[in-house]
Amino acid sequence: MSEEQAIPIQSLPLDGWHRAQGARMVPFAGYAMPIQYEGIIAEHLWTRGSAGLFDVSHMGQLLLSGDGLDEALEALVPADVKGIGVGRMRYSLLLADNGGILDDLMLCRWPEGIYVVVNGAVKYDDIAHLHEHLPEAITLNHMDERALLALQGPKAADALARHVTGDRPLDTLGFMTGGRFAIGGVDAWISRSGYTGEDGFEISIPAEEAERIATLLCGEPEVKPIGLGARDSLRLEAGLPLYGHDLDAETTPVMADLGFALSKRRREEGGFPGYARIMQERADGAVAKRVGLTVEGRQPVREGAVVLDGEGNEVGKVTSGGFSPSLQVPIAMAYVPAALASAGTKVTLGQRGKLFTGTVTPMPFVPHNYVRKGG
Amino acid sequence: MSLYFTREHEWIAVEGDSATVGITDYAQAQLGDIVFVEVPPAGTPVEKGKEAAVVESVKAASDVYAPVSGTVTEANGALADDPSLVNSSPEDDGWFFKLTLADPSELDGLMDAAAYKAFCESL
Repeated sequence: MSEEQAIPIQSLPLDGWHRAQGARMVPFAGYAMPIQYEGIIAEHLWTRGSAGLFDVSHMGQLLLSGDGLDEALEALVPADVKGIGVGRMRYSLLLADNGGILDDLMLCRWPEGIYVVVNGAVKYDDIAHLHEHLPEAITLNHMDERALLALQGPKAADALARHVTGDRPLDTLGFMTGGRFAIGGVDAWISRSGYTGEDGFEISIPAEEAERIATLLCGEPEVKPIGLGARDSLRLEAGLPLYGHDLDAETTPVMADLGFALSKRRREEGGFPGYARIMQERADGAVAKRVGLTVEGRQPVREGAVVLDGEGNEVGKVTSGGFSPSLQVPIAMAYVPAALASAGTKVTLGQRGKLFTGTVTPMPFVPHNYVRKGG
Repeated sequence: MSLYFTREHEWIAVEGDSATVGITDYAQAQLGDIVFVEVPPAGTPVEKGKEAAVVESVKAASDVYAPVSGTVTEANGALADDPSLVNSSPEDDGWFFKLTLADPSELDGLMDAAAYKAFCESL
């Protein structure tokens, strides 16, 4: 990870706690963040088998409120905002006028408004965009006094339930729903969601309580702290794109294979940025598409590697890549021409003067393990 | 046998005009979990300070430089099947390659164990 930063590096609320746990800290998204504690592969496999605690307090937590909020927000994202009931969560995309992706984000209806979680690296750009495009009547509260923790893995629910109280049992939450609970006596918004492909929870709490809650959760035998390195390899196995790498202003929802984020009502009614282009791509196909690749051999093919056609012309690029700890093979995400995008297609990849063979592979590479509830 | 170290965190164990090269324990700890190693096959000429091998961790790819010039006589074939040997045994089973020295005077600028230890502590 070499995220070069010219601006001063800020500290997260859990900075001292991470160092005390033996974390190696690196600059990421403008913050000093833990890349690993005991080692990326061990942390990755621990999360897949038990439960891992991630500090994702670098992400932007915003609360939007005010009259006409749903209509105003629908002018900026393709989600059916009006259809999001209290406690429901939707993955969505902040779109530019040409349909390019400015950020991917989570929308969740709180009783008092829409809670939005955005990527740390672009949160100030997102806030500026929202301020510019939302009407005066809408209030944007950047809740930078809150920390965000994620507890992920098949044993996350058991470990977390021991510390959570509320009007209803934690286990009544299904995937992509949330509610107000107390954790260790602290008021928290907890949703059943995450970025690893596993069952798990994201926990928004006041920053000054973060150290105590992190210590509480890591006191459970199922739970260990997990760094950014494993967060990246877990989300890659889960087929989840990373903004700034697999998504950017040059990619559209159709190119990025995120068609599920275009809700049915919005596809029919329109009114979101880039509507005409996106609907045309949906009907006719986009020039390029994000696909998963399994790479032959053991050597990882990483972001920046090129996809070559039969004549050696560059026709696409790898946007994320690494070694899959679960599968023990190199995997990657790449943008390839539509003609090369179907599962099973062999593609040639070039990296530092060396050629590799990749096979287009349906994502997720490792099956999702979400817990869904009916209703 | 004499043991030398470079500022790029390679070690070189010299016996007469032949030597064994690897990366140090400090280097493997910095790199983290190693998932791939590419070592030069026997017969490859290497030049002091130039790329001779590639080591890839989960996080990143890194070049390994030849500490001295010479010709590779043997590559550690065990690393292809088990690159984690570099993590578990960097200065023994996880060696990279052996070579014959082209110019033993190139060893003069390298550090001994005590100097390398002090160098790592200064980082």
